[in-house]
Amino acid sequence: MRQFAALLERLAFTPSRNAKLQILQHYLERTPDPDRGYAFAALTGDLKLRAVTPGLLRGLAAERFDEVLFSLSHDFVGDLAETIALIWEGEPGGDLPLVDAVRLLETTGKTGLPAAIAGVLDRLAPSERLAFLKLATGNLRIGLSARLARTALAQMGGPTLAEIEEIWHGLTPPFPELFAWIEGGPRPERASLAPFRPMMLSTPTDLDELRALDPADHVAEWKWDGIRVQAVSDGGVRRLYSRTGEDVSPAFPDVIEAMNFDGALDGELIVRRDGGVASFNDLQQRLNRKGVSRALLSSHPAGLRIYDLLIWQGRDLRALPLTQRRAVLEAADFGSDRIDVSALLPFDSWDDLAALRADPPEPVIEGVMIKRRDAPYVGGRPRGPWFKWKRDPRVVDAVLMYAQRGHGKRSGFYSDFTFGLWDGEALVPVGKAYFGFTDEELRELDRFVRNNTTERFGPVRAVAPKLVVEVAFEGVNRSTRHRSGVAMRFPRVSRIRWDKPAAEADRLTTLAAMIDAPNVFAAEAARAGVRHGRKKRGGAGDDGDVPGARAAPEAAGASRPLDGAGAPSTPAGYLDKEE
Amino acid sequence: MRADDFLYPTDAGLYCAPGDFFIDPVRPVPRALITHGHGDHARAGHGTVMATRETLDIMAIRYGEDFCATRQAADGPAQVGGVRVSFHPAGHILGSAQIRLACDGGPVFVVSGDYCRTPNPVCQPWEPVPCDVFVTEATFGLPVFRHPEPAAETARLLASMAEFPGRPHLIGAYALGKAQRVIALLRAAGYDRPIHLHGAVQRLTDYHAEQGIEMGCLRPATQPREIEGQVVIAPPSAFASPWVQRFRDPVICFASGWMAVRARARQRGVELPLVISDHVDWPQLTRTLAELRPEQVWVTHGAEEGLVRWCELNGLHARPLRLVGYEDEAE
Repeated sequence: MRQFAALLERLAFTPSRNAKLQILQHYLERTPDPDRGYAFAALTGDLKLRAVTPGLLRGLAAERFDEVLFSLSHDFVGDLAETIALIWEGEPGGDLPLVDAVRLLETTGKTGLPAAIAGVLDRLAPSERLAFLKLATGNLRIGLSARLARTALAQMGGPTLAEIEEIWHGLTPPFPELFAWIEGGPRPERASLAPFRPMMLSTPTDLDELRALDPADHVAEWKWDGIRVQAVSDGGVRRLYSRTGEDVSPAFPDVIEAMNFDGALDGELIVRRDGGVASFNDLQQRLNRKGVSRALLSSHPAGLRIYDLLIWQGRDLRALPLTQRRAVLEAADFGSDRIDVSALLPFDSWDDLAALRADPPEPVIEGVMIKRRDAPYVGGRPRGPWFKWKRDPRVVDAVLMYAQRGHGKRSGFYSDFTFGLWDGEALVPVGKAYFGFTDEELRELDRFVRNNTTERFGPVRAVAPKLVVEVAFEGVNRSTRHRSGVAMRFPRVSRIRWDKPAAEADRLTTLAAMIDAPNVFAAEAARAGVRHGRKKRGGAGDDGDVPGARAAPEAAGASRPLDGAGAPSTPAGYLDKEE
Repeated sequence: MRADDFLYPTDAGLYCAPGDFFIDPVRPVPRALITHGHGDHARAGHGTVMATRETLDIMAIRYGEDFCATRQAADGPAQVGGVRVSFHPAGHILGSAQIRLACDGGPVFVVSGDYCRTPNPVCQPWEPVPCDVFVTEATFGLPVFRHPEPAAETARLLASMAEFPGRPHLIGAYALGKAQRVIALLRAAGYDRPIHLHGAVQRLTDYHAEQGIEMGCLRPATQPREIEGQVVIAPPSAFASPWVQRFRDPVICFASGWMAVRARARQRGVELPLVISDHVDWPQLTRTLAELRPEQVWVTHGAEEGLVRWCELNGLHARPLRLVGYEDEAE
């Protein structure tokens, strides 16, 4: 428990992804089985323990502590489990193996649970008490996705991430055969049916790059703005995986029920409405739910639009060229009207395709996909066979309102910016952006923030509304969580408008009008000559492969500019879309 | 003489009427007795200042030689006005003292200033001084504050430095007391590489070394590319300034009792919180009161509600003084 507590504490305070990976890798290398397996399961959310409720914890506290002193302490600390971990008067003895803590929580009955928990707290040191309570309440809150945890495994020098993810869903804690494999032992028997297979991803492109290629060697199809998934139905076991291998089946019982086939499909998870595809915002209502209400199932019916076949009726098609897989796909019967096939686009030249891309028939189309006819299906992101040619980003000119200090390489720099648009005479915050600028621009922005601070709130500064930034984003949704009523997706700074007076920045109504609007900007751009996608700049790429790039509630946390939590939180792995 | 007539809070600070002096006044006064050199207790501009020799030295370093009109080093018992005054180690920082006050026919007071009972290599240990009225701080006056062994915190720091050998560890520590304690703790743990100092920490650290406290090899932190060690010590305010930009991918650490609470560490953007405090924690605070068993406990600043409640539960008469001008945050 001692090492596990130290691990949780380091992970909780470490903002950098690489540093998190290193900390976790070291832990896994140094900790024996089965403790490391249980710790790993706790991090990936695969440890299913009896959940200890806040009510139980309050009861424990009431038995031991003066009510007034406990209440003053809770007010100060904020978190119930942490308050108890800190206030408890134990006599730390020897270390408690994590496996013993897990067994105790697994086997103790409801009536015996409070006494058992108190008994464990009595023998642990404070940070171990907190780790134990976090384990017991099932709420670790350390900002580490299951995928990042598995990436640490892959860094240990054995199997690759793709190989681990392929068998992940057939494994159970504490994963002895997985660790044996990583340390040079045999690959675990495929314990489960319906495994996840690494998905084939695309690279971004533009018209200049495409001109070097022969259109006749390629097919194209719409890039739908849903969630890229792998739907696997195998011997009666049905699973829906995100492109990162997260099992998202529980949130989509309607899709699972419709998967009356035998195979593994690559497609887009969408919400269907009125004969078309509903917005990503509609799909978002269905995400991250453990159970789905009947009302939501009927108001937001989900379905699949299939791009490709990996396995079909027992046959592995992945080594075949795309045209042959496509032929099987078009002839296949999926046995449900919730599942259909993504149509190919007719085009003879790249200019033809540019015209189609500029004027898509549905607003939820976010560009076109271009695929080589002769390419096999290869997991990972090989450069060449598949391209995404996204529509041009939308932009607004916004006013910088707040800035927050960054972490790691950006320590000491004001690097996280909240910006707003005019609503009448007032500025309303509409989003946050962390990148899109060069290191030199970051220094200039930092200087601007320091010289124009009007108020300070911990690591956040309010700045005088003087600086206009052009913010690029992928789309905009209606949002009840934000004061502005809108949430931008994947916002980033595309230009700093040192020249533009703040009064001439855009109005909130301009942004609101872009909700689900046809992509007029792309159409204009096509007429005016195509704009180039920006190259990688600043701290991160702008092609969306950034953790948390699905900017929805957190990145656009505009209504909470004073949130001192620090690093942008990372939404669940499968929200990290962009395929 | 009633306790309340002997010593009472005023706008300028705690005032001793029969001796006509203030203790740790927050405004300029004709005569001040100072418990220790932290800025919220020791201010410039008084007439006569009485304090330990180290505290007077520290005030001169911080404010210049003319920080007051007359200095009076506390050296054994003394008479100030009609009051017998003596200074006793408080274990908080170098030179820190509790001040005992007594006059014929009146109660004995001990004004403890800030104090700490954890052994600290940079200052003399706290000693119990029996009294009728004990005037105490309550910076960490809630039962959630149980500071760990400082050596365990140093071990966590060294573990992080081993985990990330390529990253400088920037430790936020108040320039007087905490910075030197962190250095001494690192030295006690066997860390013998040079330790780099922010300019604001340099002079006071040199003073500690001049007093014979082993600080080891110290270097300025002006040239980050030439950092030989892995440790840089700076006042916490430096982390909000462009100064920190000179370091590549630093691990931001902060040495403070507040770091026991995660939300406090997060608010400051700290990556490695180190729970190292120069104040009594809850067990020390309550043990002190239980051992001294004064007739009255007066609480100057901090989480006085918690401490007053504890006194109530344990049969001690306690009252909050609600003094203003002292920083609860100062650590």
